[in-house]
Amino acid sequence: MDYHIATSFDDAIAVASKAQGITRFLAGGTDVLVQLRADIVTPDTLIDIKHIEGVKDISRESDGSWRIGIAVAGAEMTEHAALMADWPGVVEAMDLVGSTQVQGRATLTGNLCNGSPAADSVPAMVAAAMSATVAGPNGTRQVAVKDIPTGPGRSSLAKGELITALHIPARGTSSGDAYLRFIPRTEMDIAVVGCAVNLTLDGDTITSARVVLGAVAPTILLVQEAANAIIGTSLDEAALTALATAASAACNPINDKRGTIEFRTHVAGVLAKRSAKIAYERALANTGNSA
Amino acid sequence: MALDGPKTSGFTAVGTTPNRPDGLDKVTGRAKFGADAQAPGMLHAAIVRSPHAHARIVSIDTSKAEALKGVKTVVTRADFTTGLKGENWNILENVMAGDTALYDGHAVAAVAAISPLIARDAIKLVEVEYQVLPHVTNVDAAMAQDAPIIREGAANKSVPAGLHPNVVRYHESGHGDVDKGFAAADLVIEDHFTTEATHQGYIEPHACLAQLGGDGKGELWCCTQGHWNVQKICAALVGIETSQLRVTASEIGGGFGGKTVVFIEPVALALSRKANRPVKLVMNRSEVFRASGPTSSTSMDVKIGMKNDGTITAASGTFRLQGGAFPGAPMEFTAMCAFAPYALENVRQVGYDVMTNRPKQAAYRAPGSPMAAFAVESVIDELCKELGLDPIQTRLKNASHEGTKASFGPKFDKIGLVETLEAAKAHPHFTAPLGENQGRGVSCGFWFNHSGETSVTLALSEDGSAQIVVGTPDIGGSRASMALMAAEELGIPYENIRCTIADTASLGYNEVSHGSRVTYASGLATIAAARDAVKRLCGRAAAKWGIDEEAVVWEDGCAKPSGPNAGDFDPLPLAEITRTMGATGGPINGHFEATPEGAGVSFATHIVDAEVDPETGKTSIVRYTVVQDAGKAIHPAYVEGQFQGGAAQGIGWALNEEYIYGEDGRLQNDLFLDYRIPVASDLPMIDTVIVEVPNPGHPYGVRGVGETSICPPLAAIANAVSAAAGVRLHDLPMSPPRIRAALDAQKDG
Ligand SMILES: Cc1cc2nc3c(=O)[nH]c(=O)nc-3n(C[C@H](O)[C@H](O)[C@H](O)COP(=O)(O)OP(=O)(O)OC[C@H]3O[C@@H](n4cnc5c(N)ncnc54)[C@H](O)[C@@H]3O)c2cc1C
Repeated sequence: MDYHIATSFDDAIAVASKAQGITRFLAGGTDVLVQLRADIVTPDTLIDIKHIEGVKDISRESDGSWRIGIAVAGAEMTEHAALMADWPGVVEAMDLVGSTQVQGRATLTGNLCNGSPAADSVPAMVAAAMSATVAGPNGTRQVAVKDIPTGPGRSSLAKGELITALHIPARGTSSGDAYLRFIPRTEMDIAVVGCAVNLTLDGDTITSARVVLGAVAPTILLVQEAANAIIGTSLDEAALTALATAASAACNPINDKRGTIEFRTHVAGVLAKRSAKIAYERALANTGNSA
Repeated sequence: MALDGPKTSGFTAVGTTPNRPDGLDKVTGRAKFGADAQAPGMLHAAIVRSPHAHARIVSIDTSKAEALKGVKTVVTRADFTTGLKGENWNILENVMAGDTALYDGHAVAAVAAISPLIARDAIKLVEVEYQVLPHVTNVDAAMAQDAPIIREGAANKSVPAGLHPNVVRYHESGHGDVDKGFAAADLVIEDHFTTEATHQGYIEPHACLAQLGGDGKGELWCCTQGHWNVQKICAALVGIETSQLRVTASEIGGGFGGKTVVFIEPVALALSRKANRPVKLVMNRSEVFRASGPTSSTSMDVKIGMKNDGTITAASGTFRLQGGAFPGAPMEFTAMCAFAPYALENVRQVGYDVMTNRPKQAAYRAPGSPMAAFAVESVIDELCKELGLDPIQTRLKNASHEGTKASFGPKFDKIGLVETLEAAKAHPHFTAPLGENQGRGVSCGFWFNHSGETSVTLALSEDGSAQIVVGTPDIGGSRASMALMAAEELGIPYENIRCTIADTASLGYNEVSHGSRVTYASGLATIAAARDAVKRLCGRAAAKWGIDEEAVVWEDGCAKPSGPNAGDFDPLPLAEITRTMGATGGPINGHFEATPEGAGVSFATHIVDAEVDPETGKTSIVRYTVVQDAGKAIHPAYVEGQFQGGAAQGIGWALNEEYIYGEDGRLQNDLFLDYRIPVASDLPMIDTVIVEVPNPGHPYGVRGVGETSICPPLAAIANAVSAAAGVRLHDLPMSPPRIRAALDAQKDG
């Protein structure tokens, strides 16, 4: 195995473009190293990208949007008060990953690029309409986070490409997000179902919404019907029931050791309702004064 | 030793809670566990394991592995002794497959190399050709007519004619006339229950370092609950004399019964002999799950008849346990423990030991008993609900007590079940209000406890301190308890006593640390050894004073004249006597070796509050109280630890832990990610009440406490969850999908 510490993104791209066999980028390593030890994936080339300048920075752009460096650990996001105030759903979703020890290393980018359909932060990132800057041998492009995972363990990044930063849109007022996952225990577990909701209000009426499900299909699902069920409502009981029905209807899960098809389908509806209620409360409370 | 009834008062050391002697080593990382053993020139081993649930081994080609640079040797079954009989044959067959791989993970070959990585690469180069055979992993399926046969002729004589060859042992016991009893009942409930196999979940994987030379002399360092047992089995499996193999037990990172047997030690010895180098072998977690010994899974039917006033008129149960690909599932314990808490006129229990294509089961804390309690105490709960009876009052009405003819035969001596029920009834938990979606469950549980062969030596030093040498690995703070008991007898401070676990060459035979026997048996032996030393101390004082030995008593750490007639001498402290012992007759030691009789049985009553989220089926345990009879708590904090540990493991077993096999017969959840033991935040603070009804068979009244604590939880939690969910759960684990399915079925039905 070749191990390379990249000094810049260009350096990383150059090594990755030329590498033969299996290449992995080492961010937090909480997927890469675990898979290596368990004999699941033994990379031929391992490119450490934690030492590139600026990759551990969280910054707010002039338009109010956020830029998250690709080596920012979960714990740093949780401790960032302003980010937490703007995007509690995204931050909480990342905070669910692993334990205190894992939080000191694990990154949003790694969670996204590992390509697990059960990855916790990804539904929240998609609900937030986040995007990524992707750089490669042919230049740089902006890609919606939603379009990066293409199936279990697979992504739309081409050979030599990597993510150089993640972007969260400006929060705006009267809007809020939330993420909930179902696990049989209280922590240290993998989502059986995950659901993120991001919504904006006019008064008490929902004007826009994104509802995203995790672990119920080969990729994350952005469920338009579920959003439609609550847009134009004040999240009354009828809207919540319609939301749950739409979320359950969108599921295409598998039967496995973590849950049955019936169970996952049912719980997706339950979590959609519960996440929507939290996002709605947050949106009501978000008068724009906190930032 | 002769007992004039247990000492019940006037304790000075016993009952206090000093820090354990191994505590500092453990919290600073200094303690040496199995994988910490090192030797010069040591090799590292890895095991090739069957990927099939059941397959004939057609051929094994080790040439490519042997050709890999750094590989020193490879062993297969051909490198072990032949001609073994009985359980030794079973153990060898499990340690290294013969002509058939019997379960997913079964060892078929092993490699020793100069590094762990090379060994791991090398096992991928061992080419095994398999002929896959039909398999069965479920206990009921394995008993069915058309089930694949695991091994023809494995059954013993106990099995009635006409049963499938996979049924290898049969048990039947009881008394009275159950049909007559059921006829006299106002309500009879019969129900079917199942439990899945669970793993003891010890954090330290199996690990050993072996050295065996061509001269037939060996050394073995390993993580075990009983190194004399390891010595005996390993010597037989590699064909050397028992006394030529010295075995040293490391500190142990959990065992719970799962380290009373051997898996990797004979393999490391065989590799070492062949390579003529020390060999270290450490299992990874996946190997621990696939190829050590989880508990049995069960299929059970229980029928109980009750009068309107709560009197049980009859009880019967059928308990089917699969124990993997070998005989030994503890079904007789399941059967015998099932109705033990109750004084019954009519009772009958039947057990089946069934082979399947799973790893050979090993003991897990009160082997067989928790499952029995789950079935029996669930039916009692149903009866109480139907008849509108109080669960504790009803159990008290039927409770076994001194003189009761136990469901499994003998008459009970002094026991503390009634006392635990009374304490539970009086506990504020039992009457505390419940919140929304919450339910309360109660259950009793029983375990026999064991004594076993025991040797202890106690030696006094010149400065008046003492060392105790015991042979039972310390799996629950027992070194502290031994030192407390010796301090009590000798009258010297706890801190002046060091307790060591000797290797097999340094002390006489000791049975494994199992059966909750250590504080009872090694404790009794420690007290006896101390009394032996005290007798010698008194002898030295008598000689000095020129009086009869009988005229000297031992009090407060001093020899004293027994009364005014004995003479007027100043008390002679222990350190005074030992200071000059070299000149007054030589070293002063105390010994004890015997198989004590009188390990008192133990009962517990647990109270649990569970909250069930009806939308997701997720259960939270919101309150838990353990009430158990300890006989006498030598170190109350460690007794509480045992109570809490049993409850915690029971919570895992009841709610989420299970062996999940695929259609292909392979274990699907061989990592802690998907084998869900509770994490700290899953557990409430587990409250404890220590009841002390002295065991007449121990000088201080000690009863073992390690196992009884896991007997009631499955049932108590099932009763709580069933109350909270409003539907009876019959199958463990009560995982969220199962609870949701039960709620849906109730709505539809
Ligand atoms: C004990 C434990 C508990 C866990 N619990 C959870 C959990 O609850 N929920 C959950 O979702 N996950 C969990 N995980 C998985 C893991 O921690 C997360 O997926 C984490 O976010 C991965 O981030 P990382 O920085 O460690 O990624 P790494 O392991 O460094 O990388 C992961 C993948 O991303 C790729 N990659 C990394 N950076 C880039 C980049 N800039 N551009 C392109 N590709 C890149 C790598 O090539 C690799 O394929 C757990 C892991 C452990 C060990």
